[in-house]
Amino acid sequence: MVNMVLTRTYSAPAFDKKEIFRYAGVRGGAPELDTLLQECLNEVESKLVYRVCYREFAVTHHDSYLDLGFIKTESMGLKKNLFCCESIVLFAATVGIEIDRLIARYATVSPTKSLLFQAIGAERIESLCDVFCREIAEEKAKLGFQTRPRFSAGYGDFPLEAQKEIFAVLDCSRKIGLTLNQSLLMSPSKSVTAIIGVGK
Amino acid sequence: MKITDYLKEHILYLDGGMGTLLQAHGLCPGELPERWNISHPEVIKAIHREYFNAGSNVVNTNTFGANCLKFSPEELEDIVRSAIDNARAALAESQGKQPKWVALDVGPTGRMLKPYGDLDFDDAVSVFAQTVKLGVKYGADLIMIETMNDSYETKAALLAAKEHSDLPVFVSNAYGEDGKLMTGATPTAMVAMLEGLGADAVGVNCSLGPKALVGVVEEYLRYASVPVLLKPNAGLPKAVNGETVYDVFPDEFAEDVASLIRCGVRIAGGCCGTTPDYISATIKASADILPVTVEKKNITCVSSYTHAVVFGESPILIGERINPTGKKRFKEALKAHDVDYILKEGIAQQEKGVHILDVNVGLPEIDETEMLKTAVCELQAIINLPLQIDTSDPVAMEAALRRYNGKAMINSVNGKQESMDAVFQLAKKYGGLVVALTLDENGIPDKAEDRLAIARKILSESEKYGIEKKDIIFDPLAMTVSADQNAAKETLRAVGLIQSELGCHTSLGVSNVSFGLPGRDMVNGAFFALALGQGLSAAIMNPYSQEMMKAYYTYRTLAGLDDNCADYIAFAETVPQAVAPAAPEKNATAPSEDEFASELQRAIIKGLKEQAAGLTERMLATVTPLQIVQEDIIPALNTVGEGFENKTVYLPQLLMSAEAAKAAFEVIKLRMSGETATDKCAFVVATVKGDIHDIGKNIVKLILENYGFPVTDLGRDVSPEAVVKETVRLHASIVGLSALMTTTVPAMEETIKQLRREAPWCKIVVGGAVLNQEYADAIGADKYAKDAMETVRYAEEINRSLKGAYNDF
Repeated sequence: MVNMVLTRTYSAPAFDKKEIFRYAGVRGGAPELDTLLQECLNEVESKLVYRVCYREFAVTHHDSYLDLGFIKTESMGLKKNLFCCESIVLFAATVGIEIDRLIARYATVSPTKSLLFQAIGAERIESLCDVFCREIAEEKAKLGFQTRPRFSAGYGDFPLEAQKEIFAVLDCSRKIGLTLNQSLLMSPSKSVTAIIGVGK
Repeated sequence: MKITDYLKEHILYLDGGMGTLLQAHGLCPGELPERWNISHPEVIKAIHREYFNAGSNVVNTNTFGANCLKFSPEELEDIVRSAIDNARAALAESQGKQPKWVALDVGPTGRMLKPYGDLDFDDAVSVFAQTVKLGVKYGADLIMIETMNDSYETKAALLAAKEHSDLPVFVSNAYGEDGKLMTGATPTAMVAMLEGLGADAVGVNCSLGPKALVGVVEEYLRYASVPVLLKPNAGLPKAVNGETVYDVFPDEFAEDVASLIRCGVRIAGGCCGTTPDYISATIKASADILPVTVEKKNITCVSSYTHAVVFGESPILIGERINPTGKKRFKEALKAHDVDYILKEGIAQQEKGVHILDVNVGLPEIDETEMLKTAVCELQAIINLPLQIDTSDPVAMEAALRRYNGKAMINSVNGKQESMDAVFQLAKKYGGLVVALTLDENGIPDKAEDRLAIARKILSESEKYGIEKKDIIFDPLAMTVSADQNAAKETLRAVGLIQSELGCHTSLGVSNVSFGLPGRDMVNGAFFALALGQGLSAAIMNPYSQEMMKAYYTYRTLAGLDDNCADYIAFAETVPQAVAPAAPEKNATAPSEDEFASELQRAIIKGLKEQAAGLTERMLATVTPLQIVQEDIIPALNTVGEGFENKTVYLPQLLMSAEAAKAAFEVIKLRMSGETATDKCAFVVATVKGDIHDIGKNIVKLILENYGFPVTDLGRDVSPEAVVKETVRLHASIVGLSALMTTTVPAMEETIKQLRREAPWCKIVVGGAVLNQEYADAIGADKYAKDAMETVRYAEEINRSLKGAYNDF
């Protein structure tokens, strides 16, 4: 296990229009929005980055709490998720600040586009997380391990306050340009931090 | 010896990594390394000493994250003092005979600045100022601002260093593999801004190995007139057999850095993963290289937070539309503090292809300083063009320059002593390209030669401030040809003279030339083309003017500046070849017939913005504005709103219709300018303190405006006090509060509490992802609205009951 923050950069995962519409609150298809969405996709394509930084930690299971190496937590949800795990991969991912700029820019001239960019951003960051998690799962499988679904601060009883510790150990600002605000919000906003459990 | 003098003749060697070495000494994940200055001074001293022994001229103190956001004032002072003491002790104990200095290391705060983060620019300056003052107090020899990956934060740090010390300041940024900072700036943009602010050296550190930084370093060397610094990582960290290793080893690192020293790098060291071995190898590999002289580059440019605009061969277009002069609607927007109006003007001009935006918001009735500052901040949040700040008020100019994220154009100075005294001082402090008008106490001379003389006078005055010639661009003033038939000719001659005699760039406000003539656009276009032929570099112009754009594109093609005439061809396709009198626009007819709905209604329902505006325009010829609103716009909105509530219409479609309706309203507003158009009660909206999500709030605002409510939008992250103040001032009947996160619900509750006390008359409606009826009841709101339509319905209900109440009297 490597006790250091590593980074990976990806090229754009394929866009999932259906998923984007779902994030925009549209159920089923909406042909009249297709042109507009395509305009947004053309505009956004070259502006995004796909950056991840991550670090591995050993997990120690105790009766009443978990020791994740950078934080001790009593979260039952996380305990369940990390059942039988020996280690975790803690990661932070972002698609960069440009999507925030587009959302803000179009809030003035076209709230519809602003909403679509919002949805695109959500779809992008989830796709990035999927790509990263799949890659980690494959790498761990070669070593005979299985991974668990990713689990973020703020899920269930794993408090959002854990973001402070996560940012401290991942050096997110330096590694991928991701920062944490005082109200525990991330900037750029289309970003995710999460834990991937690794076990037999 | 002063480090800046030593640098004139020598390559200056810096130290290598600190953080990676501390980890090897047992620094835990998440532990703050700055505390080791106090808890492990021997370790810190030993690392510094090894670097000095390896030949470093400069070591950075272990103060990367030493700022008052992470430490109390007392602890911060202890840390900075002991950090400098440790470096000084190491310097004294070290064996190397080379001249040695101690640099106060200043790293990023780790927080993002507003508007995309929550740290205010001025607060960031004060944070850095505290560290800088301590560095000065405890005897640092220079300040090293490093690993900055955002241009705005870099500016805050450099400004703090310049305002609170006289020490030399080196500034180094961290670039991604795409050759840009994390927030988008190119090396050229950073060089432009940092040189303007007075950095003594600029450069690159961290993030990548030396090979991967070659492109970035070369760009620095091409543009910088100060020494360039390079402090790369030992490549990238990789996992090998469970160990982390950096993939570039000392010999390869040294060779790569040496070859960049050969290209002109004057200050070299290492960052993450490098050790004293890397530094000694680098010194050895570059021992025989003669330092390359740092040349003045004489490049005239301005920059934004993403890119630089260089003045030279291709003409630069400066959009003039953000200016209230002669624009009734713009004046009203300014008085109403309608910043959106300004932003739209900015976006529209950018879409027309201008390179720089002029920003003038001067109006006697408003606080220009506050408005200019706001306009600059809001524009640079969403538009990446460099700005030309246009004001005659030095106080407003300074406020805007301070906040500007880049190197601005400063509009303007002139040959009057008073003007030069005020403007050059600001240009010296904040940097900028100064537009200099060739007029003085005696007015505007008729003859080109006399304007040239004023230009000379301005240059000699600017020299006294140390402002270089490249940072002055002359405007020899286009005068009205209908008043003096030689006016245009003399201006054109002045353009040529200033270029040939002084070697300076010129800019013109073109449209003045045609004042009083019919078909002004034609005259402007021809004059612009002639001026370009004389060597004009830039024009302040109206990008909606077809003739001006024609002159621009044809000039570029004829002057050999347009590869394969591609830009011209693309432009020509957009130019209507209209010969016949314009027929009614075809696309002004909305699709799909429906006997119950009018054309305008259908356009709104289908969300067709241009059509809605066009139809409204036409209808205004025969129908009163009020009739259009009541018989077309509102019924259309109701149709869509009901569809949304019945889930046959989705949010994006609701918004498209709202935008179309807004476009129709905008046409009506233009017509009714000055008249009060609403009988609806005042509505205040805000996203509460601590929360920066505003999409939901913006949607609510848009739909409410559609229904005729005068909405005052206080923005996001708004304090309870600010909500109360505005509600009381407007005596608003309804306040809408939005929160997305659980953590900000208490702020919403506090806002409601204060509103109840200070503005007991107002109704409070709340919404946002975390809220539900239960929460809303618990925090004492009058109403929980699940979406924008429900908010509108509620507002209509309150409005009716209020009017009913009045009727009862």
